[in-house]
Amino acid sequence: MTRPTIELRPAHEPPGPRPKTLAEALVRPQFIALATVLLVNWLLFPGFFSITWQDGRLFGSLIDVLNRAAPVAILAIGMTAVIATKGVDLSVGAVMAIAGAVAAAMVVAGWPAGLAVAAALAVGLVCGLWNGVLVTLLDIQPIIATLVLMVAGRGLAQLVTEGSIVTFADPVLIFIGTGSVLGLPTPVAIALLLMTGAALLVRRTALGLLIEAVGVNRSAARFAGIRSSALLLVVYAFAGLCAAISGLIVAGDIRGADANNAGLWLELDAILAVVIGGTSLLGGRFSIPMSVVGALIIQAMNTGILISGFSPEFNLVVKSGVIITILILQSPLAASILQNRRMKRGRT
Amino acid sequence: MQAAEGRPVLEARGIVKIFGQHTALGGVDFELKPGEVHALLGENGAGKSTLIKILTGAYQPDHGEMLLDGVPVSFRDPLQAQGHGIGTVYQEVNLLPNRSVAENLFLGRQPTRFGLIRRREIEARARRLLADYGLEIDVRADLSDYSVAVQQIVAIARAVELSGKVLVLDEPTASLDRNEVERLFDVVRKLKARGLGIVFITHFLGQVFELCDRVTILRNGRKIATQSLQGLSATDVVRMMLGKDVAFDHHPTGVADARRGAARVTFRNLGRKGSVAPVTLSVHEGEVVGVAGLLGSGRTEVARLMFGVDAADSGEILVDGTPVTIRNPAQAVAAGFGFCPEDRKIDGIFGELSVRENIIIALQAKLGWFRALNREDQVELAGRHAEALDIRAASPDMPVKLLSGGNQQKVILARWLAIDPSFLILDEPTRGIDVGAHAEIVRTINRLREDGLALFAISSELEEVVAYSNRVVVMRDREMVAELSGAAVAPDAIVQAIAETPAPEAQP
Repeated sequence: MTRPTIELRPAHEPPGPRPKTLAEALVRPQFIALATVLLVNWLLFPGFFSITWQDGRLFGSLIDVLNRAAPVAILAIGMTAVIATKGVDLSVGAVMAIAGAVAAAMVVAGWPAGLAVAAALAVGLVCGLWNGVLVTLLDIQPIIATLVLMVAGRGLAQLVTEGSIVTFADPVLIFIGTGSVLGLPTPVAIALLLMTGAALLVRRTALGLLIEAVGVNRSAARFAGIRSSALLLVVYAFAGLCAAISGLIVAGDIRGADANNAGLWLELDAILAVVIGGTSLLGGRFSIPMSVVGALIIQAMNTGILISGFSPEFNLVVKSGVIITILILQSPLAASILQNRRMKRGRT
Repeated sequence: MQAAEGRPVLEARGIVKIFGQHTALGGVDFELKPGEVHALLGENGAGKSTLIKILTGAYQPDHGEMLLDGVPVSFRDPLQAQGHGIGTVYQEVNLLPNRSVAENLFLGRQPTRFGLIRRREIEARARRLLADYGLEIDVRADLSDYSVAVQQIVAIARAVELSGKVLVLDEPTASLDRNEVERLFDVVRKLKARGLGIVFITHFLGQVFELCDRVTILRNGRKIATQSLQGLSATDVVRMMLGKDVAFDHHPTGVADARRGAARVTFRNLGRKGSVAPVTLSVHEGEVVGVAGLLGSGRTEVARLMFGVDAADSGEILVDGTPVTIRNPAQAVAAGFGFCPEDRKIDGIFGELSVRENIIIALQAKLGWFRALNREDQVELAGRHAEALDIRAASPDMPVKLLSGGNQQKVILARWLAIDPSFLILDEPTRGIDVGAHAEIVRTINRLREDGLALFAISSELEEVVAYSNRVVVMRDREMVAELSGAAVAPDAIVQAIAETPAPEAQP
């Protein structure tokens, strides 16, 4: 029994999804896709890559892509963790509307902006916890559990705004939506900070591994002694918090809370961003930064279609094309075809 | 017991079925005569259900041939098998509970006129049909209004109507009470008299002797025997089901009694209503307590109670003399328990995660969210345990799902050894593992025992239980019925204890 047979040297083929070097990371399909979309944008609009410094902040189409991508990127950060547990959160768009409505209503009523922001974030957290409770304690399928708040949430937001668009002139909220930090638009700075913080949190603690374990096999996770209920509660609460932050940005951007349209359908963009980023809807392996890249690809496409002069409706068709391509590439059929081709190549 | 003579109605020769690296059936012959009830017996993983699925067209065999009335046949799917006369009724009735009995009987072949279903005609025919089975019920009522027994009979009536040569009953009595079983048996006897060949699968040995003419016993994908039940005793059958597959080189009895240390864990009256009658048991340091019993005897249920997978509703658990609360697996892991579950794929491995992550996951769960094992610790831990257990993986970073069954089982063992457990539960540790790895796992269990671990090991293979157990507890009918130790830990004594009452010895 002394044969040491496990080989601890690095394998020839890196099997895990985590690449060893920066160069390997950059040849991932997501980065190639992003580069392609940006290149097409540049061909359509030669000034696409020019960035100028003006009034203490950066301006340019590229910065605009980052800025516009921020709300979906922030949603995608929370959504990544949820999807990694084999769940999904359809309510984040509605939670954005609620958070924006709460903040707007409070500043209009004369509350200090700091308190309004804190209240909006707390409401997002509570919404997330609600989803978490439905999913864990009541064991409802995530897609149905979060559908409840997706529908009801917009109603709640309308109750808060009493059916009208609540406009405000509060400088703090406006700063969140349109200000700048160290030359970057505030939404971009927030998204960067949140992405870095969340990625560090899940990888420096055991949370990332435990989330993946629950997503891969919840029953085995239970047998291994993982308390998956607490983990799921945290994950859904975090998605709610991200949605609230996103809601504050969108409200600040238009200087008002629109309960009907704020965050409308953005949950779908967030899910798409996560899937483009390579996290499977079947749960398991996830990467928060790659989901943010996914959000950037989506926004770069949107911007490209706008500057190319096509009508915005075209946007939806292109997006659905991308979804279909990705789903086909992720399907078991594609996997088996790829495997067959690899085996054939191995034989010849 | 008048097994009809003559040509078999259904015959399978040299059936081979391989799933990945696992040979589910390795050249099995099976023969069913018209007018006989033929029991198919075997423990989980013996290949029963694979054979049934091949006979009924749900799977296609990799090798071998099937003859129906002497003519070679091969079935694309169950529908085609049905067309050829082979019908199946499963444990869970798979009809439509929210449609009427009559509709269920004639679903898919309703008599119509001008494209409209002739309801009265259906109902009249359903009544006539069920009368043959001694069933006089309102055929217009929903199927779900009736007991499982009646639903079973409806399912049988439908299967016989559609097929008419061969009827496969897959554990039809699992959820029936005594009277219902009698009623079902009457139906089966009638069908037998009509000349149908009937395959009967059950875990209740008593029912086999009561109803069946012949028995085929499978073990580890091989046919052990096909015999007339006349002159065969329950003990013989149990021995064939649980018998010897691998020769093990080590037997701890005698040596180990002297080495036995203090009581590591004690379970007092641990039980759960409807699951297991209260069990009292101590497991000592350096001791393996083996568990023997047939499938459904409550052996897995005991293990689940011990580990908090199911919450016990009576009794207490002491670790090193101190009471502990175990209501869920997380608490069990905190108390230093480990559990290698019976179904590795569903409850054990994280297929997409790496070998390394699979090994460290229980320790990480025990440490909590914020005391993360860093990469170096993980590599060191996984490497050490992989080496100790001789896990063969090309790389510790490869997904564990790519490993063979034996190596996956060792990964789960390594996972528990990594938490430095005080008590380890093994439920069928060698299920679905090839012969070489099988012997190796048995050796490993012996080594862990020598290292002072307290183990509780469930196995349906008697030779295996004997090879590593100091003591053996025997489960029957969800109750601990015997405890054997010392020289009594021997296959024959265990078979005796298992077979004692459930089946009356086949007396003339």
